[in-house]
Amino acid sequence: MIRLTRRYRFAASHRLHQPVFSEEENRRIYGKCNNPFGHGHNYVLSVTVAGVPDPVSGRVADPKALDRFIEKNVIRAFDHRNLNIEAEEFAGGGAPPTTECLALAIRDRLLRDWSLAFPEGAPRLDRISLEETPNNKFELRCP
Amino acid sequence: MLITRRVEFAASHVCRNPALSDAENERLFGEAANPHGHGHNFTLEVTLEGDPDPLTGMVFDLKQLKEVLNREVVEPMDHRFLNREVPPFDRVIPTAENIALEIWNRLAPHFNTGRSRLHSVRLFETSDHFVEYCGEKL
Repeated sequence: MIRLTRRYRFAASHRLHQPVFSEEENRRIYGKCNNPFGHGHNYVLSVTVAGVPDPVSGRVADPKALDRFIEKNVIRAFDHRNLNIEAEEFAGGGAPPTTECLALAIRDRLLRDWSLAFPEGAPRLDRISLEETPNNKFELRCP
Repeated sequence: MLITRRVEFAASHVCRNPALSDAENERLFGEAANPHGHGHNFTLEVTLEGDPDPLTGMVFDLKQLKEVLNREVVEPMDHRFLNREVPPFDRVIPTAENIALEIWNRLAPHFNTGRSRLHSVRLFETSDHFVEYCGEKL
């Protein structure tokens, strides 16, 4: 088995605020990220797939097919968006769009349509990582 | 403990399968099928796994690791056209996957004895596209 990783970028804004908590608790828990006007990041998403190189192409995945899938299912939904207002995972309340929750949302989006895009079971989605800044990285095994 | 050493080499390659037509190669590999070739600054990260030697405090002698990487990978592949100058890529398509497998096969025998073993090779074709192989049976 060989793992292939490709990296993608999107820019989005968010505000970390949990209405269940008081204003003061929100400020204490989320600090600057609780700014009522929001703020943004250049997110970097790494998608890792695993498989055996195809005997015809010598590759574990078609990078262009993977790019199309990520563009359609992730980038288009989140790039240059306000996550609290425009992302269906966060618009209805629940946990705020921390990078942890955003990584989980991305994993669910990928798993939801993976078998449609890659019907032969290859490649397999192995893991994703999401960087909020170059200093903060969140990794998730899939599924 | 895992220890990693990074080296770079610049090389050109073509991704085409001679059993397929030009149109099929174009569809399968896109611009990587250009018969004249194109190149990358490949970055290779080689990771060894082992416990530090009680006398030297080292998992593996990094000078020796550097020599092995130079002899097996950098000298034969740096500033080369892989398809024409570096077997087995005259008959194996030099995708990042196949280059990583070849590098694993060249390196593994050097680390099969002693306190450490080869844990993984990670080959970056660009900073946004890399493959990793840990020696599993394919």
